[in-house]
This record gives sequence, structure tokens and C-alpha cells, in this order.
Amino acid sequence: MYLSREEEDICRGDHGPTLQKMMNILVALGEIYGAERLVPVRSVQIAGVSFKNIGDAGLQWISDLNGRVRVPSILNPCGMDLRRWKEMGITEEFACKQQATIDAYRKLKITTDCTCTPYQLYDSLACRGDHLAWSESSAVSYANSVIGAMTNREGGPSALAAALIGKTPLYGYHLDENRKPTHLVEIKDELAGADYGAVGFLVGRIVKDGVPIFHLRSRPNSDELKALGASMAASGSVALYYVKNVTPPPPSQARPEEKIAIDRADIDDVYKKHSGRDADIIALGCPHCSEQELEQVAALLEGKTVKKELWVFTARKIAESCPELVARIEASGARVFCDTCMVVSPACERYKKMMVNSGKALVYIPGLCGVQAGFGTLERCIDSALGRL
Amino acid sequence: MEILCRKIAPGCASGPALATKEPISFLGNVDPNTGVVVDPAHDLFGQCIAGNVLIFPGGKGSTVGSYVIYQLKKRGLAPAAMINLRSEPIVAVGAIISGIPLVDGVPEGMMQIKSGTWIEVDADHGLIRI
Repeated sequence: MYLSREEEDICRGDHGPTLQKMMNILVALGEIYGAERLVPVRSVQIAGVSFKNIGDAGLQWISDLNGRVRVPSILNPCGMDLRRWKEMGITEEFACKQQATIDAYRKLKITTDCTCTPYQLYDSLACRGDHLAWSESSAVSYANSVIGAMTNREGGPSALAAALIGKTPLYGYHLDENRKPTHLVEIKDELAGADYGAVGFLVGRIVKDGVPIFHLRSRPNSDELKALGASMAASGSVALYYVKNVTPPPPSQARPEEKIAIDRADIDDVYKKHSGRDADIIALGCPHCSEQELEQVAALLEGKTVKKELWVFTARKIAESCPELVARIEASGARVFCDTCMVVSPACERYKKMMVNSGKALVYIPGLCGVQAGFGTLERCIDSALGRL
Repeated sequence: MEILCRKIAPGCASGPALATKEPISFLGNVDPNTGVVVDPAHDLFGQCIAGNVLIFPGGKGSTVGSYVIYQLKKRGLAPAAMINLRSEPIVAVGAIISGIPLVDGVPEGMMQIKSGTWIEVDADHGLIRI
């Protein structure tokens, strides 16, 4: 791999041991994947934040680092609401270690907003054509597909390395040749809301790490695109997709050879196979709710009282920008938690069955939390919380 | 005997070989407090990897495995060096942040080398000496 004079100096250790190791990480990944050189990135989004996932080993590593990030860098959700963790039933010991993890990242001058939807908070983190080093699979999918930026799916250490160096190896989704559609997915039925999560759940399993292009009758909004991408990144490992006439177009117009047709019956099957019956907790906000989604939840809960736990996850910046919406939701007995989510927090492990409106959560909850998962539309989820299901 | 290989993580170290044909998931397969392989289904079950030249096809499983390698190193329980058929990011990153020499691109026969055989890994020159 080609390295500039300055990059070689960093590799040799002229800029200290932390940067030397970080540069070695980028060079090793570049060698493994055949990158020609490094490319500057506009921003970095770093996974490996929840203490539930990284444990003492990860905390130790992050705490040992010295330096400061070279480009705007932001964190993935952590394992608890950083202010209301007691309400979530988080133990004192976990809270201490989680706070220490956040502090260690802050020491490196990383913005400690903990969210899987950084694009909902800051427009400046990613624009069309930018190279990025983002980690969280749904954010990677959104950045590549909806924004038209370019990023691979980084691991925690490689994202941190990119943040401290300000560059990433040029391979994979940074190159147009790897951004061509591999599968054409045609859906002739109308879709709305959680249908997009169900479609993603099905398509991800079929295309795996492919690049699907969708021909749809409906025109998905940004929340629906967010749900579609998140779901495909979980049931498969899709990091880039296209929706004809909606997202930025592919680099070439060549039609993919593989074709997939999905109809209403396939989608209904996902709902039927993952019934939300007997759920003892309902969780929304995977990926984190936008203000529009909080508005929908608030409207459905207006004047009503929940009979089961209903947790709504969003980014702190979003909750703080619309306190009246949060108050309307919480007046029902539901809770709006920030900085975390049902997938990465240990708080959900004490329940038996969780109902979600997210295809991504449907994939991860059984394995990562040891909790059964049911799937339904937002309306059905709210009905379940109100004891009407 | 000298074998050519590719440097993934820099450095030079030697030790007795500990080889397996099975990939290793450092999160789950190896106890970070003892360095012992604790997965009963793994070929190396019950063996301690500390101080050995660990030879295995590559990593698998959770990316947290990189941090487990770092924790092993901090506790003096890490392998002296590692040799892969083909390194992937989990083990590569783990080796780099821990300062453990790592090479790949060796012949498949290396995975069957007799345990205890003294091996020197010179990652900086892309060489293994047996």
C-alpha cells in the first residue's frame, strides 16, 4: 500500500505510540483488503460503546489511549440512559463502568452523543460523495444508501484508528466498482411503516452481503428508509442499497442478473410468524426515533394509559429538542430513554418477550438479550402496550 | 528451515508452537484471566496459549475478540507471536493493539506442526524460522 511521507513517519513511531498503533491498524486492514492508499474521512462513528458488549477488556484498551481525534467523531448507543439508568433497573456497578467508558472516549475529544442515527442530529457529518468511517450497521447503510456517502462497516478499533488519524484505507464501498447493484427487488404492493422492516428482514437473508436495488410502488420517507436499511444490515450484512427514483442512483445503469419478487403475503407472513402476543415489554426506537416518529407515538398514546412497559429510545439531542413530545408520551406511563437501546442495554434481559416494530431488533433481541421477540406495526405495538392485543 | 510470510502486525518473537486447524474466537474460546482455551468443542481445549507461537487458520466470532487479546497481553498471558493462513480484522487488530507479531500467508501444512517445536517469527522481514 502507498503511504505518504507523513504516514510513514507515523508508522515508524515518530508521532508517539498511540498514533503508531492506530496507523498500523489502518495499514494492516489496507493490506488485508488490498487498498491502494489511505483516504481522508469527513467523520467517524464509533461502535464498541456499550459496556455490555466491550466488557473490561475493551474499557481497559480505550482508557489506555492518548491523543485526540482529527475529524468529527461520535459514539454509538451505550448500555444505559446516562441520566435515568436507575429507572431502567441498571446496577450501580454496570453504571460505573459504562460512565468510565464514556469518559475515556471524551478524553480523546470524541462527541459523546450516543446514537445509532448521527445523521438525524448533525447534517454536517456526511454529505453525498464524502468518505466516512462509520461503524453501526444501520448508520453505515443509511450513509451509503440514502445520503450517498461512502463507508465500510468499521469495527470499534478501526473506527477509532480512523478518528485519530483522520483517514481510512481505500477499499470496499469507497470504490464505485463495489457499489453496483447485485439484486433487483421488485415489490408491486403498497408499503408503509413497519412493512419496510419486514421487507428488509426478508431481503437481507436472501442477498446477504449483496447490494439490492428496489423498484417500489410506494415512496418511502427517511424513517422508512432507515428501517429498511437497518433490517437488511441485521438479517444479512447489507451495507448499501438503492431505491429507484428515491435514493442517489448507482454508479452504473446495468441491471443486476438476480431478481427477487416480494408480495403482500410474504410481508404478512413475517408479522404472523413473529406474533407479539404475550409480550411483557414493548420497545420502539431501533434505530433511534426521529422527532416525526416520537410525534406518531405521542399521537397514538394521547389520553391513554399503558398497561405494560413501553420503552421508546431516541438520541438525547432529539429528546431535548422536543420536550413537549417526550412529556406527552410519558404522560401515558411509557418512558423515553436516551443514549441507549433495547439491543445494547442489559436492562431488557429480565423480560420474557419483547414486541418491536423494527426488523433489526427482531433479528438481534433473541440472541443478544435472551428474550423472545414479536414483531408488529407501530399501531399494533401501541395496542399491545395498552393491553388491547 | 525458513518460510516466507506476510507481515500483519510488526515485531519479532519466538516460542514453542501450539497449532490447530480450527479458527479461534478469542471472545468465548479463551479465558482472559488464565489464557486457557475453555471451549470444550475446540481442538485446543484445556491448553494455555501464553508464551506460545499460536498457529491457527484465522479468527472468527465477535469483534470484541480484539480486546480479549489485549487483555491477555496486559496480564502476561498472550501468545508470543501468531501465525495465520489468512488473517482477518479481529485477530489483526488484536495483535496490533497488543504489540504481538502476527504473520499470514503460510502453507496449510503449518497448521499441523508438532506442538512444542521451537519457532521464530520475524514479522518485520516476513520470515518464519523453524
